[in-house]
Amino acid sequence: MSQPPLLQVDQLKVSFKTHMGPLQAVRDVSFAIYPGESVAIVGESGSGKSVAAKAIIGLLSDPGVTIDGRILLNEENLLEKSEKEMQKIRGNQIGMIFQDPMTSLNPTMRVGKQILEVIHKHAKSSFKESKQQAIQLLQEVGLSDPEKRFEQYPHELSGGMRQRVLIAIALACTPKLLIADEPTTALDVTIQAQILAQMKAIQHKNQMSILLITHDLGIVAGMCDRVIVMYGGMIVETASVEDIYHSPFHPYTQGLLNSIPRVDKEESDLTPIPGAPPHLLDLPAGCPFTERCPFAMRMCPSHRPALFVIKPFQQAACWLHKKNP
Amino acid sequence: MTQKPLLSLQNVSKQFPIGKKVLTAVDGFSLDIYPGETVGLVGESGSGKSTVGRLSLYLQKPTTGSVLFDGFDLSLLSSREIRKMRRRFQMIFQDPYASLNPRMTVQDTIGEAFDIHKLVSKKQREEKIVELLESVGLDQSHLSRFPHEFSGGQRQRIGIARALAVEPGFIVCDEPISALDVSIRAQIINLLKKLQKEKGLTYLFIAHDLSMIKYLSDRVAVMYLGHLVELASSQELYSKPLHPYTQALLASIPIPDPVIEKKRERILLQGEAQNSSNSSVGCPFQHRCPFAQAICKEKKPLFEEVTPGHFAACHFAKNWL
Repeated sequence: MSQPPLLQVDQLKVSFKTHMGPLQAVRDVSFAIYPGESVAIVGESGSGKSVAAKAIIGLLSDPGVTIDGRILLNEENLLEKSEKEMQKIRGNQIGMIFQDPMTSLNPTMRVGKQILEVIHKHAKSSFKESKQQAIQLLQEVGLSDPEKRFEQYPHELSGGMRQRVLIAIALACTPKLLIADEPTTALDVTIQAQILAQMKAIQHKNQMSILLITHDLGIVAGMCDRVIVMYGGMIVETASVEDIYHSPFHPYTQGLLNSIPRVDKEESDLTPIPGAPPHLLDLPAGCPFTERCPFAMRMCPSHRPALFVIKPFQQAACWLHKKNP
Repeated sequence: MTQKPLLSLQNVSKQFPIGKKVLTAVDGFSLDIYPGETVGLVGESGSGKSTVGRLSLYLQKPTTGSVLFDGFDLSLLSSREIRKMRRRFQMIFQDPYASLNPRMTVQDTIGEAFDIHKLVSKKQREEKIVELLESVGLDQSHLSRFPHEFSGGQRQRIGIARALAVEPGFIVCDEPISALDVSIRAQIINLLKKLQKEKGLTYLFIAHDLSMIKYLSDRVAVMYLGHLVELASSQELYSKPLHPYTQALLASIPIPDPVIEKKRERILLQGEAQNSSNSSVGCPFQHRCPFAQAICKEKKPLFEEVTPGHFAACHFAKNWL
């Protein structure tokens, strides 16, 4: 890829102050997203995936949070921006969809007004124009009867419809980057399939990049070009979507794939990963996966592996790369 | 099967009043579950699958129809007899954070079941509890801890141990893994499988994760808006679905393989499930069905055996053979 990246995250570290000392939720995370690309961050709860996303759009500004590193959007460092400047960037250049459509909308405000608010904030257009734009957006995200939806309150809509409204809000200013944090986790499978198809169509139309954050390896396979696997606040593997599923390198990625059943294959036994994810306050000095790793060696608990190049476009943070070159 | 069913739901309906209206959560549902098998129950939110789970344990009384457990009609038993009967059927709940009493230690939570049914003497109590804990992969050191000291997966193990304490034959698992992390889910599923083999348990497994249901179940029942629309052996249902809703459900499952996923052509369902409070004539799926004909709007399809052991409620089920 010869283009410069749209978003470049460089050595991102996020830690929270707690009673029991600093909690490192994100540790030295670096990655880039190119224009028009879909990238997935996959991880379990506590892997740091949502915290990384929130750091990117500047929603972690509490006094107890320390953020280090660089987040470059079009070569401008977002971490040096003031809150006022960030407000212009959010919505305009980066759109975000959250997991829970039930709580992300204002229950006392009509759906239409919530979309208009975003359009007005970022573009100077007349009420009539904005309303037309809002209704068109609602139609674009697949809502039937958009004029009626415009006048309704969130409680009158189902979960799937609310998620569509949130997507419409996120897309209102045609952002270049859409961050979707578990966008379909709360929805039924048939609705999930509809919404993902819609998101892909809009991405294609607007030439938008997507950062999809999820724990579901199934939806990643159909949606994304590249995958970043996070564990214990670190990136443990990053590769093209084909490599992640067909030749995963890191034992954690392999373990994850072995522990999900497949509907298209005849039964084979599931091999779960033993144990549980590490507590972020009590991370080992070395590789965070050591305790659960079937291949752990003597050096693993004490030496933290960096991301090693396994082959072009595939990197893994695992000492095993030395064993089979 | 010539065996006698362990649990038999016969034309069961459940209605809930909402103000002046009535919501029919389950409508004319019949299902036999045989000893030792696992029946998977799938459907979208609001399809009535959890209500079926609660009805089969008689935690809710059906509005019409009857529930037979081991041949006994539960509606004819007194509440004392029901309580005795409850020893034989238990439930594992979805949310391991909400289903354990936060102020009770593991020992008390599991021991309570012993005390209520007066199953073991005081001397044996602790020994028995440890035995149970070990069978679900925990140990003696966990006895006097409280739920907040455990992770989600461990809590679900405690929930399973609690259900097993009374030595039931039949367990309803209501979404037991959906609150857990991906890498933990397989641990719990394999534990449930192991326990079934060791103790000869019968499961009704409720979930919306169709891949997991396939992995676990002998037979699968599909629900849509309170109706049972298809029932078949797991292998048959996933390879030859006869109801358009089942077909759409299967087409919507994402497959963790980018090559297959990118080539896949899927029929996406239009719209969303309508609320069943205005139960209309005809097939409940008519509004979203891509193949709906005039007859679907007029006549409700019967739930019929299309091929041996494979039932479906669709006027055109035979066309797919």
